[in-house]
Amino acid sequence: MSRHRHLIGWVQAAPLAAILLAFLVAPIVMIVIVSFWGATEFSIYPAFKFDNYEFLFGSSVTYRVFGATLKYALITWALTLVIGFTVAYFLAFHVRSLTMQIALFLVCTIPFWTSNIIRMISWIPFLGRNGIANQTLISWGVIDEPLDWLLYSDFSVILAFVHLYTLFMVVPIFNTMMRIDKSLLEAARDAGASGVQTLVHVIIPLTKPGIMIGTIFVVTLVMGDFITVRFMSGSQRANVGRLISNDIALLQYPSAAATAVVLLCTVLIVIAILLRFVNIRKEL
Amino acid sequence: MERRPRSFYLLAAVFGLFVLFLYGPIVTIGILSFQGPQGGLTFPMNGVSLHWFRDLFEQQAVGDIWGAFRRSFGLGLMVMVTTVVISVLAGLAFRKRFAGSAILFYAAITSLVIPSILISLGVGLIFNQLGLKVHWATSGFGAQLTWTLPFGLLIMFAVFNRFDRSYEEAARDQGATAWQTIRHVVLPIIAPSLIGVALFGFTLSYDEFARTLLTAGSYNTLPLEIFGMTTNVTTPVIYALGTLTTAFSLAIIGLFLLCAWILGKRRARLGSDAGKGI
Repeated sequence: MSRHRHLIGWVQAAPLAAILLAFLVAPIVMIVIVSFWGATEFSIYPAFKFDNYEFLFGSSVTYRVFGATLKYALITWALTLVIGFTVAYFLAFHVRSLTMQIALFLVCTIPFWTSNIIRMISWIPFLGRNGIANQTLISWGVIDEPLDWLLYSDFSVILAFVHLYTLFMVVPIFNTMMRIDKSLLEAARDAGASGVQTLVHVIIPLTKPGIMIGTIFVVTLVMGDFITVRFMSGSQRANVGRLISNDIALLQYPSAAATAVVLLCTVLIVIAILLRFVNIRKEL
Repeated sequence: MERRPRSFYLLAAVFGLFVLFLYGPIVTIGILSFQGPQGGLTFPMNGVSLHWFRDLFEQQAVGDIWGAFRRSFGLGLMVMVTTVVISVLAGLAFRKRFAGSAILFYAAITSLVIPSILISLGVGLIFNQLGLKVHWATSGFGAQLTWTLPFGLLIMFAVFNRFDRSYEEAARDQGATAWQTIRHVVLPIIAPSLIGVALFGFTLSYDEFARTLLTAGSYNTLPLEIFGMTTNVTTPVIYALGTLTTAFSLAIIGLFLLCAWILGKRRARLGSDAGKGI
């Protein structure tokens, strides 16, 4: 019976396993292998040497770019957490009818199903030198000269990250909040807790798993990004993803692969640390 | 009903600002895509016209937008169907513990959080070394599945965590075979959630960029085409394209939500009221 059960499970899981093997595991293995290869200007050739890693760790650019990547991740994380938590809190505890909750929740999630590229492009008329933000500020008399740092700067990169990824905080946090037993909140109030005390001592601790899942999403998305930074900074800022994609554009695959391996290790270490705080499977 | 506390209004205002932040930019390019023929990339509007939309439908100087749209649409449907089928099967598999289930689960999570460029690069390298040509329908298709399948699987987990097993037991007690139980009991019950999986499958594929970048080959999908345009197009035609494809996405989302809603209504109308009292 037990063998039979395993067999059915394997057959049902086989297509998923096959896809992940072919398009996830094999590519990772391939990248690790190629990271030890050598490259000429036009081609790559099999070898086993550490040149790519030596070059990577010997260059000050690497450390600067990894630093910038972590900076983007940290700032975006903090902003999406505050905004996402506030929005989820409002939806879960202040909107009273379920229909309204679902409707407003959908309003928050619909942009997720539209194109990220278009959503980035849509900031241009806002942030440009003659954009809406500058025009408005000048007409209000707040500034005399248009601000140059609105577009193609760290500011616009982080703005776009927050715009694209706050959703990944809202959804898991809202999900855990909806499962909090409302009688706990009543109990807290009956015991004399103020609104803030209930928030700090009851709601936030119970919402931690959702916060952790959102954090994993946002941090990994930002650390692995290469297109938002390129587009929103007008190619003036760099992160690890761009380092990789630049090498790819130059056909320096082994060097790109070495950087990718280091990036993957960094991301996995961050996730391993975060996973110590949450059991994902229990939370769905 | 008790009176709303003052914090409600404050939070409602924050929520309103958040929605404005989410939708403001896209609404803006929606408006700007109706710029007059002399209009630029930002306000003021230089007249109102359909000039830039007409531009899209005429012979283009850059790229092959309609070809890219057809490919993206076809690929989206392929990914959608595959995602639904494989997610349901895997969801059923994970209901019973089978040897290796933990490893497979962690593989799926890795697939979700791995930087997309690694998939793009790795799949590209493999095809390259095997002497195969990358093509959107082969390498691109597989690369996109690594993004949509984990979402499908997570939705199936959520669905089966809330699934009442007594329905299945009832079917089995009445003599249904394992297949009959799945076909006539389990699948109809989870059907509305499958619409959700399909929605994720289609839209995530239709808009996917990073994992398709090095795996689509010489024929671009729509997001790749649009990204190519951003570097060399400086007229509102790019807004017109953005508006059209966003409108298309919204129509698709609306269609899926409508299906889910109709299915729910139908179930409420035709469902038995047994056990609900009078």
